[in-house]
Amino acid sequence: MSHGPSPAPRQPARGDGPWTGRPVPRVEDDRLLRGNGRYVDDVALPGAAEAAFLRSPHAHARIRSVDVTAALAAPGVVAVWTGVDVAHLPAMLNREELRTPPGLAELLDPYVAITPMPLLATDKVLYVGQPVAVVLAENRYLAEDALELVDVRYAPLPVLVDPDRALTEDAPLLHDELRDNTAVAVATKVGDPDAAFASAHTVVSEEFQAHRYVASPVETRAVSAQVDPYSGELTVWSNTQTPHRVREATAHTLGLDPERVRVIATDVGGGFGQKGILYVEEMLVPYAARVLGRPVLWREDRNENLTASSHAREQIHRIELAADAQGHLLAVRDRITVNFGAYNMTGLVVPYNSVCHLLGPYRVPHVDIDVVGVLTNTTFATPYRGAGRPETVFAMERAMDRLAAELGLEPAELRARNLVGPDEMPYATGLVDRSGKPQSYDSGDFPELLRRAVAKADVEGVRARQREGARDGRLVGVGFAMYIEATGLGPFETARIDVAPSGRVKLAIGAPSQGQGHRTSMAQIAADAIGVPFDAVDVVGGDTSATPFGVGTIASRALVNAGNATHRAGRLVREKIIEAAARRLGVPADGLDLREGVITSKTAEEQALTLAELAGRAPLPGTPEPTDGRHGTELSETVHFRPPGFAVSSGAHAAVVEVDEHTGETEILHYVAVHDAGVIVNPMIAEGQVTGGIAQGIGGALYEEMIYGPDGQPRTGTYMDYLVPTSSEIPDLDLDEIHSPSPMNDLGVKGLGEGGAIAPQAVLANAVEDALRPFGVVVRRGPLSPSRVRDLLRAAGRPTAAG
Amino acid sequence: MTTDLATPDPATAIHAAPPPLAEPSGWHEIRLTVNGAPVTAQVESRLLLSDFLRDRLRLTGTHVGCEHGVCGACTVLVDGEPARSCLTLAVQCAGAELRTVEGLAPGDAPLTPVQRAFHECHGMQCGFCTPGFVMTATALTEQPRRPDAADVADALSGHLCRCTGYRNIRRAVCQALDERFDGGDAEQGE
Ligand code: FES
Ligand code: FES
Repeated sequence: MSHGPSPAPRQPARGDGPWTGRPVPRVEDDRLLRGNGRYVDDVALPGAAEAAFLRSPHAHARIRSVDVTAALAAPGVVAVWTGVDVAHLPAMLNREELRTPPGLAELLDPYVAITPMPLLATDKVLYVGQPVAVVLAENRYLAEDALELVDVRYAPLPVLVDPDRALTEDAPLLHDELRDNTAVAVATKVGDPDAAFASAHTVVSEEFQAHRYVASPVETRAVSAQVDPYSGELTVWSNTQTPHRVREATAHTLGLDPERVRVIATDVGGGFGQKGILYVEEMLVPYAARVLGRPVLWREDRNENLTASSHAREQIHRIELAADAQGHLLAVRDRITVNFGAYNMTGLVVPYNSVCHLLGPYRVPHVDIDVVGVLTNTTFATPYRGAGRPETVFAMERAMDRLAAELGLEPAELRARNLVGPDEMPYATGLVDRSGKPQSYDSGDFPELLRRAVAKADVEGVRARQREGARDGRLVGVGFAMYIEATGLGPFETARIDVAPSGRVKLAIGAPSQGQGHRTSMAQIAADAIGVPFDAVDVVGGDTSATPFGVGTIASRALVNAGNATHRAGRLVREKIIEAAARRLGVPADGLDLREGVITSKTAEEQALTLAELAGRAPLPGTPEPTDGRHGTELSETVHFRPPGFAVSSGAHAAVVEVDEHTGETEILHYVAVHDAGVIVNPMIAEGQVTGGIAQGIGGALYEEMIYGPDGQPRTGTYMDYLVPTSSEIPDLDLDEIHSPSPMNDLGVKGLGEGGAIAPQAVLANAVEDALRPFGVVVRRGPLSPSRVRDLLRAAGRPTAAG
Repeated sequence: MTTDLATPDPATAIHAAPPPLAEPSGWHEIRLTVNGAPVTAQVESRLLLSDFLRDRLRLTGTHVGCEHGVCGACTVLVDGEPARSCLTLAVQCAGAELRTVEGLAPGDAPLTPVQRAFHECHGMQCGFCTPGFVMTATALTEQPRRPDAADVADALSGHLCRCTGYRNIRRAVCQALDERFDGGDAEQGE
């Protein structure tokens, strides 16, 4: 593994603003480095009971009886509840995700099955890991002891793990109330694809499979709750990405007014989408706290996280490309099957992302895509970093390589011939976007992305080595992949700014942070918008008591939405400050300026006033300034930013790999990522996000797979067999970037949290196939673990090392 | 037969007494040093060191990510050696000297070179894996001679980070080692 030299670390940024665009070191770090993080499990709730869930050992079974008598009598047990005990609570979670955006509903008329997940299974279990009972005890040890005493009798039912099989006519039905095992279905067409295929010079048809893997944050899920005996308010600590949604759902489940529920997600140890949905455990813990009248804590263990928290990625693409003799794409057809697992949790989110990101940066006149989401006896699947895009990019970019091979073109050259140009922006694809509007790429320079990736990848060098042949059985290959990503999903995000009498600025945002460094980047934006020093801004987020509304940190949307809400609120507060200062100084407002927290006269230098001097007096009762009916002396603003459309990020990745023909091992010699996320607020944080995303993508491409047996039993339920890459597996990356500001928002920013994770599966599959080209191997699915590469080689008639 | 507990009586639900002993466990009195302070405690045989530190001593800087010895988040120093507190029983630490992340720069003492390096190199995002990495890196800097590149790679491979992609963690550890072994030869050691 070549890690290359470690360049000198960054020096902390110093000096005056503008703060945006600088690698300001994170304000979050000091606390986290001293062990003063406040993750859910760190909050001490004296007298808390601990919960442990009994989970189904069967993938599909009827529950015949449950006997909790022995468990209830076990030492330290406070309560044991089964499905019937909580059957009076409404079970419907993730409602919002299941709602089809009106435009999409009208234009495409998608099918969305509603499959409410019971809080605890009553008559049937549909996947291994489904909660069947909950034990509440004095501590987790005792709760787990008692779990073993709960006696559940099951009658096993036929198991479905293969989504194709689940759609056959004689397949057992998972949800009795549905017509079949379809979770969602939607189809879309542009132009006349049939005619385009009929007239094409070359058509490639392939089946590619994106395999199942999981987000696997190092901090597992956790939730604790207590009723404040003083206020009666229910406080819930949850490591969620969407605290306001948890508040709404908890209030709904418990029959409370949302205003009586406070959800706190202060430090979250990674989310990546897995913590972006609502879970039954998250509802049952607050319920238990209310019923028991004492605090309750639940922290998931790793086996639970791998088997009972959401999975992702599993899709089959039956894709066809039609091209003319020069390789210009004429049409794309794709039949996509998405394995939803046992419940439809997030509706069209993942499947439709796959549809409307399939064309990527390419110009395709005729399109025919349909997607079906299928219910099977596996853990439910929901968005994971990229949410449907890595899967679709895997299919499209693999198909592009097959087409290039068919036409005898360099893969990069085929791509170059089909890219939408920067002069064509904004570019309408003809598809409908996820919010139901005509899909449009707002800005970008795809040819430049590819040019840079090609230049860095040294294709000629790889080709020369390939001509020399394998050395010691080591085969070299190069691969490319490109993507676009619609970021900054609405409907809105909230920022509230208050200037304290001390002159300090408090910024409250609705979107929490799971490591993205919001406290730093949002403070940079606020400092610039208002004209105060970076150090004067305190940011709170992830607490529903800080802002009344919010959506959350999911879908590469926080910087776009919360960032622009912050920017606007900051500009408004700045106006108020200048107006108040003008009244104070008796000068016209347009003669004043505010920088670094000091209000100065543009003409007379001596007329200076610090923000502390202004704010310290302004809000006092009886201050002589007129208030002009606008509470002009209260230096506060709340803004809900509603994006007018998607800010489309883009990227080109390249990888040079060496595959050992004997062991099947793939080594990444060089990984290049060129990305475009518009204006960058904090380059250090941005780079960290890109790097982390690519590492997760590399994990998925080469190591990680959530495997089920035909009986629906997960075979990768611990970190001993579910392989998350370590430092040894992730090389240093060769990063580059361009900046096409988004015209969709004042800051010109685009989302970038997910981008890094979108291309690695495709780029590494392309590179490995390129390396194995002498043997005519076609890579149709990942992960490209040594054993799978050896399978491919054996299928191609090559002898490989045993095993 | 399902017991109907839909509306249990909270009064009967609360156990004021300490939890009864669960078989086949037993209790032990242990004395040890944690971050320089002597500690005496009654612990159950099966109590994990990670739970002892977090729940009993309220030293919550040590994190638990897997409870089966793979992720490294729970790493603490036991008599100077990195150990996985989720694979160590509290009773095993009788007489030992323990160090956790809280002991590195107590209160508002300046961060140690290792901690500072993680900050300066952006070697952390969510921060959940960070204390484990920091403790392992601290042990590396406390070696008499500079550990070689293979030792460092080996030590880091015992930790999972899902956020950073590792590059900046490697940089941070490298910076801390440079600072400690000023001018030291990276190929020494072993
Ligand atoms: S919690 Fe100890 S190694 Fe993961
Ligand atoms: S910083 Fe999040 S797991 Fe390492």
